[in-house]
Amino acid sequence: MAEKVLMKGNEAIAEAAIAAGCRHFFGYPITPQTEVAAYMSKRMPKIGGVYLQAESEVASINMVLGAGAAGVRVMTSTSSPGISLMSEGISYIAGSDVPCLIVNVERGGPGLGGIQPSQSDYFQATKATGHGDFHMLVFAPSTVQETVDLISDAFDLGDKYRMPTMILSDGLLGQMMEPVVLPEPKDPTDTKEWAAKGHQNKRGHNVVNSLYIEPTVLEKLNFERFEKYEKIKETEQRAEEYLADDADVIIVAFGASSRVAHSAVDMARKQGIKAGLIRPVTLWPFPEKFIKKHVDHAKVFLSVEMNMGQMVEDVKLTVENKKPVCFFGRTGGMVPTPKEVLEQIIKLNGGDY
Amino acid sequence: MSKVMGERPKALLDVPLHYCPGCTHGIVHRLVAEVIDELGIEGKTVGVASVGCSVFTYNYFGCDMVQAPHGRAPAVATGVKRARPDNVVFTYQGDGDLAAIGMGETVHAAARGENIVAIFINNAIYGMTGGQMAPTTLPGQVTQTTPYGRDTKVAGNPIRVCELLSSVKGVALAERVTVDCMKNVKAAKKAIKKAFEYQMAGKGYCIIEVVSTCPTNWGMSPGDALQWLRDNMLPYYPLGVYKDVGEEEQ
Repeated sequence: MAEKVLMKGNEAIAEAAIAAGCRHFFGYPITPQTEVAAYMSKRMPKIGGVYLQAESEVASINMVLGAGAAGVRVMTSTSSPGISLMSEGISYIAGSDVPCLIVNVERGGPGLGGIQPSQSDYFQATKATGHGDFHMLVFAPSTVQETVDLISDAFDLGDKYRMPTMILSDGLLGQMMEPVVLPEPKDPTDTKEWAAKGHQNKRGHNVVNSLYIEPTVLEKLNFERFEKYEKIKETEQRAEEYLADDADVIIVAFGASSRVAHSAVDMARKQGIKAGLIRPVTLWPFPEKFIKKHVDHAKVFLSVEMNMGQMVEDVKLTVENKKPVCFFGRTGGMVPTPKEVLEQIIKLNGGDY
Repeated sequence: MSKVMGERPKALLDVPLHYCPGCTHGIVHRLVAEVIDELGIEGKTVGVASVGCSVFTYNYFGCDMVQAPHGRAPAVATGVKRARPDNVVFTYQGDGDLAAIGMGETVHAAARGENIVAIFINNAIYGMTGGQMAPTTLPGQVTQTTPYGRDTKVAGNPIRVCELLSSVKGVALAERVTVDCMKNVKAAKKAIKKAFEYQMAGKGYCIIEVVSTCPTNWGMSPGDALQWLRDNMLPYYPLGVYKDVGEEEQ
């Protein structure tokens, strides 16, 4: 049994990536992801890895593209405005079928916004990280331990499906300390036959590319990529259910806000209200299956988010107007309190939608 | 009896190039491929294609290739080189890519002494998009977006890239060449070869700027374009070595 250590969320992200065999980190300073880069800058030189501070997020994501195209495990971390700058590069990475890990320790927006925790990049992460038809696998941990576990999975699944993956964290999860058990170190073998790493005069040349000037060819490639996405939707949906089986009021919440929702559910149950929680772990693919099975017995769904209402749209699409879907959120770096969420539960339980 | 005087370099694939008649990309491709052949490095070379006319270069070079977003070739090449330090990595970039949208990536890759080679095609115009003003368009030069000639009061001044980069510590070699005649073609090849050799010796960032023609978008015959290059480009962009750490070492 591995030792339990107390770690800050951001530092755990870095150590988990190293344990997953990542030896290449490119980034640019931004709050509140700072500790990820700082930790990497300390650790990477000691273990033969690469830590490189780029001149911008635009450059760092393209360094990620280069290293990923050369076939190594590679990552970057940033916070919300940084993802906006990276969005071009992420689109190229997706269009070139290059695996990599992108961590977004979200802060409030829009614009420079603030530096306090937020979940207002849900749309950006799941629908439109960049131009063109593509998706990333997006994971939303709610504890430091889960962050550690999901980073390992994100690297493995990114390699499996040849696509970018994202850990959508936030300033709260990144800054808090919790006990974690780190996984056994992995040494991923260098098996990416498609990579641009020099053909050693043993094969034809590999081209890592996203340009297809013939529309018929580009359409076909997009069709193929979306067939892959359909398979991922079938097999990779993840969510955690808490007291949902008999619940009348079902909260849907991810990441930091799910912790608050969890407490509110407990408070409601003590009052005899049948409240439950579905916590999406994958945001893309959205865990429709986990929600659909509760549509018949639930009276109402409540999406609790740290934004102005983003995931609620996916909950509505999933529930298909069969039951009311309501929203409660705080934004701009404000975190909802369990009491606030409980008030919403009580209101909805009374039929006040 | 016929005698083969010169064959296609092995590192250049046997495919038709899409370049316009009289465009000097073909010559520069050949020189890069000849150097790769002579150094015997095709198997460990990774090229980075940039956005612009030369983007399809990934179809032409026999080595592994990565296609970069517009201006980002130095960052992509940095990623490849840091991931695979034993590989030889080069970018092939036009003036819009390297000196406009990618100037930040270029200067910082140079300042890091990133151990890569940049082949920089300066033809004073955006070719792929149909002839707009480039960061290297000459004062008074007519383009699609400077129809009355480049007015430097409005559109700024053309950037001399080798001169600029020569002041950056981390640059091992900055040399400007052209390919308008056999003598200059030979000099260009020598410069390109030196750049690749410097990378293999770990000396740092090397840039070979090739003053080039774009007969199509300049609206000239290939012959007239070469003469225009000599009369107008070379006075503003003088050929020569702007930095060479090898010479400094001696």
